[in-house]
Amino acid sequence: MKATFSIRRGGATGGDLVDYQTEVTEGMVVLDAVHQIQAESAPDLACRWNCKAGKCGSCSAEINGMPKLMCMTRLDTIDITKPVSIEPMRAFPPLKDLISDVKWNYEVKKRIKKFNPRSPDAEDGTWRMQQSDIDRVQEFRKCIECYLCQDVCHVLRDHAKHEEFIGPRFLVYTAALEMHPLDTENRTEELKDAFGIGYCNITKCCTKVCPENITITDNAIIPLKERVVDEHYDPLKKLVKLFRRK
Amino acid sequence: MTDYTTFEHDVLVIGAGGAGLRAAIEASAAGVKVGLICKSLLGKAHTVMAEGGMAAALANVDDRDNWKVHFSDTMRGGQYVNNWRMAELHAKEAPDRVRELEAWGAVFDRTKDGRILQRNFGGHRYPRLAHVGDRTGLELIRTLQDHGIHQGIDVHMEVTVISLLKDADRVVGCFAYEREHGRFRVFKAKAVILATGGVGRAYKITSNSWEGTGDGHALAYQAGAELIDMEFIQFHPTGMVWPPSVRGILVTEGVRGEGGILKNSEGKRFMFDDIPDNYKDQTAKDAEEGWRYTQGDKDAHRPPELLTRDHVARCINREVKAGRGSPHGGVFLDIAWIKEKLPNAAEHIKKKLPSMYHQFMQLANLDITTTPMEVGPTTHYIMGGIRVDADTQASTLPGLFAAGECASGINGANRLGGNSLSDLIVFGKRAGEYAAQFAKENGHGAIDDSQVERETRRALEPFDREGGDNPFNIQHDLQDMMQRLVGIVRTESEMAEALGELQKLNERPAHSSVTGNIDFNPGWHTALDLRNLLTVSEAITRSAIERKESRGGQFRDDFPNKDPEFAKFNVAVRQDAEGQMQISHEPIPEIPAELKQVIEEMG
Repeated sequence: MKATFSIRRGGATGGDLVDYQTEVTEGMVVLDAVHQIQAESAPDLACRWNCKAGKCGSCSAEINGMPKLMCMTRLDTIDITKPVSIEPMRAFPPLKDLISDVKWNYEVKKRIKKFNPRSPDAEDGTWRMQQSDIDRVQEFRKCIECYLCQDVCHVLRDHAKHEEFIGPRFLVYTAALEMHPLDTENRTEELKDAFGIGYCNITKCCTKVCPENITITDNAIIPLKERVVDEHYDPLKKLVKLFRRK
Repeated sequence: MTDYTTFEHDVLVIGAGGAGLRAAIEASAAGVKVGLICKSLLGKAHTVMAEGGMAAALANVDDRDNWKVHFSDTMRGGQYVNNWRMAELHAKEAPDRVRELEAWGAVFDRTKDGRILQRNFGGHRYPRLAHVGDRTGLELIRTLQDHGIHQGIDVHMEVTVISLLKDADRVVGCFAYEREHGRFRVFKAKAVILATGGVGRAYKITSNSWEGTGDGHALAYQAGAELIDMEFIQFHPTGMVWPPSVRGILVTEGVRGEGGILKNSEGKRFMFDDIPDNYKDQTAKDAEEGWRYTQGDKDAHRPPELLTRDHVARCINREVKAGRGSPHGGVFLDIAWIKEKLPNAAEHIKKKLPSMYHQFMQLANLDITTTPMEVGPTTHYIMGGIRVDADTQASTLPGLFAAGECASGINGANRLGGNSLSDLIVFGKRAGEYAAQFAKENGHGAIDDSQVERETRRALEPFDREGGDNPFNIQHDLQDMMQRLVGIVRTESEMAEALGELQKLNERPAHSSVTGNIDFNPGWHTALDLRNLLTVSEAITRSAIERKESRGGQFRDDFPNKDPEFAKFNVAVRQDAEGQMQISHEPIPEIPAELKQVIEEMG
């Protein structure tokens, strides 16, 4: 059976959806269709991909308007009796065809204070941590940096607050550092100001699109918001701080 | 004149997987200016696919473990054609490299007393693999990436290297293009480290991503460096076989480490039928003992599913050829059966093998906690690669170093699972350290403009031709051919045929043409990668013909046994002055008495 795919073609300044037809076989995913189209009729069709198993987070795109990994989206889970649209992530500038410019994300990460462990627990330079104390951090560290959460976040997507807000991915990253049992840094000041955590109004769109099923909002963002509130807005703590300074 | 931008670094690292990142971190820590070239975006390299763990004799789970046992396990697994010095350094240094990752923020699974947990894996006598569920590679790459971005390393993302640049014999940089706009770049460097990974894309069924086109192998070879052991390819026994579009995607050995068993269509656990003599003493007598081993019983021996990968892959191949395969041409890998042994088995499996659960659920619509998986061999890893000095990772060319999969020596004829991630950090560090030292002792060389001109012309030719072959078709034909003629089971006649086919395929890239503009053009990228794939395919085929015996990753139907004469050397390939591939035998140096003693003591 043949299906039609409407794929965004074009460069940085503009593009159009172009229809391609290709044969669909059992078990195929959207990325297979794109590869088939490349080999059959559009060898210059640009798309990113690497592992093809949902582990590297390269092939992020918007399939029928939904942010998804192309390699993990089986064609039998979408309606292929109608043309399937495939477009690049919209929260970042388009480069060519299905590729957008995600460099901003790499710059954001550099601004977050790196991991800084307490001194080792044992003489041989190692630490002791209980599994139950790291379960939460391990959840965050599953992140494959596909940036689908950034793409769907309305603060970035609709309001383009890239200068003021680091987005769900980097709130999860900060949470992984802040909740790491060995880490000694404090990043709440930045979270409040430079990282713009206040922009997040907990619509949970990011959690819904996460291919690793990380509970972004409930487990990462809300606890971080609480830390910010505790340290900067709690009147009692403010008072204590005031006296401490003296 | 070619239009290009020039970048200058003291040390240039080509490849940003585990080895490349670790090398870049070490070199920058030594105080030199470092450039890091990634073929994809940073953090997407094939290392993310590594699942099971990294082998290091930390002795956290079994205190009988130490570097000597790890060393002798590695040599045994490699069937004694390993570079013994590399195997020694690797076994001794891996524990420190793993602990260092923890200091950089890695979060490994824990033992009950709060230390790094270790799991069983094929060919390792004791539980030795530090791991994070079944996503250890992601943890490794992310830890190195997040540490490395604060080190002042210049990262060049989505840049592909076309050739190394030389000043007389010395490697002094490379010529490359960036994918976004297809613009050319010249990188000048006092020392260059290749860390480009593997060659899996030479085969049709592979666990490797599009990047695994043997770039480092081919770049080094074309610059005049020597490659060794190219006949030793690891076919991982368990890749997915269904649905067709995911054929080859890896199913971690961790499934068997957690108690998963292999069965044929008759429901028989066939791995007990064929246990090699040198592993008889270390293998479980029956299913019950095997299960106890996977559950940490120190008196039990490992189940036959955890024999070395070369052996398990051949046994699966045999079952399929004998007509006892699964419906889609594999065998059954069953982890669901452990519900007979464990309460909450389904939860246990999801906790221990989360990404396997996820992968099968999403791609094959199959719940591994209730249903056996269908699996079969997939091209996974090449033991062969650039010949390096064990201590410094220097290649046979001055100024050129190599680390990780594209370097050769540590694994001999077969790599043990888990030894790759530890290889990356042990020898990545060493490559970075010695390349930095080389850079401090040597100035920049001169760039040969005529070489740059020549490479530019060659790179742009596919745009000038019309009506030539589609590069994707050439790649598919090459993959089909290598799979058919130089796969798991090899014979002289088929490989001679392969050489003929390679000659024909070699002429086709010269006639390939690409359409569209030069901005991010996958057709063009594929056309350029073809030269590398063809070079490594020829090296694999010629080396495999030369080794007239069966050992590890090389199985010859016409020479099914091991031949002690072939244990004395590595097969080497090098390009001669006429551009032809020359084969030679590199004698393996005598193993020192104390290491020999270690091997004998460990049994």
